[in-house]
Amino acid sequence: MPSIEPVDLQSVWLTLKLASVTTLILLGVATPLAWWLAHNRHWYKGIVSAVVALPLVLPPTVLGFYLLLLMGPRGAVGELTQALNLGRLPFTFAGLVIGSVLFSLPFAVQPIQNAFEAIGKRPLEVAATLRAGVWDRFFSVALPLARPGFLTAMILAFAHTVGEFGVVLMLGGSIPGETRVLSVAIYSHVEAMEYGAAHVLAGGMVAFSFLVLLGLYLLGGKAKT
Amino acid sequence: MKLSQSRVLLGALLCGMMVNTVYAGEVNAAVAANFAEPMGQIAKLFQQASGHTVKVSLGSTGKFYSQIQNGAPFDVLVAADDKVPLRLEKEGLAVDGSRFIYALGKLVLWSAQSGYVDDKGHVLRKGDYNKLAIGDPKLASYGTAAKEALEELGLWGAVQSKLVMGENITQTYQFAATGNADLAFIALSQITQNGKVTNGSWWIVPAHLYNPIKQSAVQLSAAKDKAAAQAFLIFLKSDKAKTIIRSFGYELP
Repeated sequence: MPSIEPVDLQSVWLTLKLASVTTLILLGVATPLAWWLAHNRHWYKGIVSAVVALPLVLPPTVLGFYLLLLMGPRGAVGELTQALNLGRLPFTFAGLVIGSVLFSLPFAVQPIQNAFEAIGKRPLEVAATLRAGVWDRFFSVALPLARPGFLTAMILAFAHTVGEFGVVLMLGGSIPGETRVLSVAIYSHVEAMEYGAAHVLAGGMVAFSFLVLLGLYLLGGKAKT
Repeated sequence: MKLSQSRVLLGALLCGMMVNTVYAGEVNAAVAANFAEPMGQIAKLFQQASGHTVKVSLGSTGKFYSQIQNGAPFDVLVAADDKVPLRLEKEGLAVDGSRFIYALGKLVLWSAQSGYVDDKGHVLRKGDYNKLAIGDPKLASYGTAAKEALEELGLWGAVQSKLVMGENITQTYQFAATGNADLAFIALSQITQNGKVTNGSWWIVPAHLYNPIKQSAVQLSAAKDKAAAQAFLIFLKSDKAKTIIRSFGYELP
């Protein structure tokens, strides 16, 4: 029976932490963005939609490479963080969180946006005639109706962050406990020809991903009935 | 009459093309990342001299090992160490006796900022740098050498909190080249061109601080009877190739 090494266990824990933090931040960022996209008819909506969807089509290494340059000592973001005495972001957990949020942004925005669009204007207008304020309409009408969209967004964002590789490889520097996440650990094991250790982690990853998707589809089936 | 003439011509043309395909072979070479630049030049010379073309795939030696094990269509492996070629030979995946050392790698401590690294490497002891990038010692032979040198210097414990690791030596270079790590242990070949280092500041790590990096090449069993592959390995041992290899800062066995 193959067993898991302590340093790999650390990677598992780190990955779950990264995915949780990323998902929470994405909920905060994606909800207003999705709302704006669902209710905006301006010409520049197309531009914003395209930018949000970019991480879907870009190779993760492209995103990782530009983030490395941007957050570096000569990059705009790097200069800002250094001016604020925050140090630099590459090789830190915070840097990975920022990379992951950008990388998984479309996976969070699009389901929520679809849910908001599916509600349409009618329920909100009805609530308005009943004198519900803007925030009241949002929290008592739109949010509960869009619940399946939020669930999908959260599950996808979480799972996508767990499966992330290219961005964290480029930004991380494989520091145990700080930036050496599961996907990087698996890659290192394979490269080092430690196939046994790689199988334990990779097999676990397949099982985990299957369960997440199974949950997603079961939930989807339930929501329809 | 005319028709038969053109037929003869066509026949001759076809024959010529067939002869060409017999003699002009193609070599699929899996090449260690640190040897990318010299390989480009060597492949070009080899093509001119032999008519064979070389298709170069760059990557880490460990990755090539698992790919070769699983049937990757490579003819030769130009590795960053001697362990993987030896292992391939033992497993019957490489041709017995074809293995040889083509270059001895040299480790260098490098910074993208000029004047940052002194010529004795004291900057390591001062410890006021932000990060030190090395290749993952488990994956990259230059990473193993960096770890050995740091241990020999008695600094391995002290640098732990500042260590970042690249999965191969190219990525390690990238961390320092983008300025995200002040210092990096990389291959001298990565910053050398025409026998000179022109960029940043550096300290060539004395050879007695780490085990020799015996970069070895081997012919793979799948290409046992491939003349072009044999010709390429012979060319890699030639004086022409050696001149190029030396000009990138490698030593020769």
